[in-house]
Amino acid sequence: MKKAFQLTLAVLVLLAVLGAGWLKAVAEGDDDDDDDHHSSYGRESFEGKIHFRGLSAAPQNAKYTKECAACHMAYPPGLLPSQSWTKIMGGLKNHFGEDASLDPKASDEIKGYLLKNSADANDTGRLSRRINDSIGNSDAPIRITETNYFKRKHHELDPSVFKRKSIGSPSNCVACHSGAEKGSFNEHSVRIPKW
Amino acid sequence: MRTLHFVSIFFLGIGYLNPAMAATADDLLKDYAVSAMHEEAGFSGFSSESGKKLYMLEQIGKNGERVSCSTCHTNDPRHQGMTRANKIIEPLAPAVNSDRFTDREKVEKWFRRNCNDVLRRECTAREKGDFITFLRSIKK
Repeated sequence: MKKAFQLTLAVLVLLAVLGAGWLKAVAEGDDDDDDDHHSSYGRESFEGKIHFRGLSAAPQNAKYTKECAACHMAYPPGLLPSQSWTKIMGGLKNHFGEDASLDPKASDEIKGYLLKNSADANDTGRLSRRINDSIGNSDAPIRITETNYFKRKHHELDPSVFKRKSIGSPSNCVACHSGAEKGSFNEHSVRIPKW
Repeated sequence: MRTLHFVSIFFLGIGYLNPAMAATADDLLKDYAVSAMHEEAGFSGFSSESGKKLYMLEQIGKNGERVSCSTCHTNDPRHQGMTRANKIIEPLAPAVNSDRFTDREKVEKWFRRNCNDVLRRECTAREKGDFITFLRSIKK
């Protein structure tokens, strides 16, 4: 009886050690099979604290969240360079086919926030720099999905995946990257909905 | 006591001047009625029927597609809707969503944007009043 107990204990200890090793491997991202092996774009450690290794942790802006995230997810400003945000904020009267016009005060505050934290800002993170590097200096894409960086990172996905009901379109980052609004695009926390 | 009196008058004054302050649907309808009387001589009150027609009216949108209020808000204003970018829109009917028509600035902003998108022009005061009257007539 005592022997059986010791055996069970030994097996449990072994499982715990193996399990911890596996979790560690997942956390460190050593099964990353994408084209750049040493990057993972913001990751969550087991303490639940978010490390923004790829995208600088832009502070949230209440006005931006209220006005812009009423219609779409709050895209972190570091996903597009300043010339893109300037173009977007200058065309809100016809924003991807919709009137998203704002009063001048709200518009100025939001534009200031976006420019201060844009992909080409001074203290930007690695992901922002890579996005910015994939855009020509004179280009001002108004869709993150138009950037070469985005295309390169999503090339393996069939276009039909984005059309699934719970995803809708490639602009709905949060459908697969649950931490997207906080700037976390960690490949290991990607969950692609099945429908 | 007298100071308190002045303080309350002061705040009432701010409430009147500041369009972002809370309003009730009754306040909004009163103001739209005043504007409607200026817009058309024969104005004789809002109609829930006309509001319903406006809600369901299909138009050709900017991109050539058919659009109406119900495209995003669904055919039943008691239900949640969805934006084209996959965000939930809380129900429009005050019977199920008491936040509706309590913020003048918000109401005006969305009428401006959405009338421009669906009708390709701003809505008249009568249309706004009819629309709110229709939504308020909906029971749980």
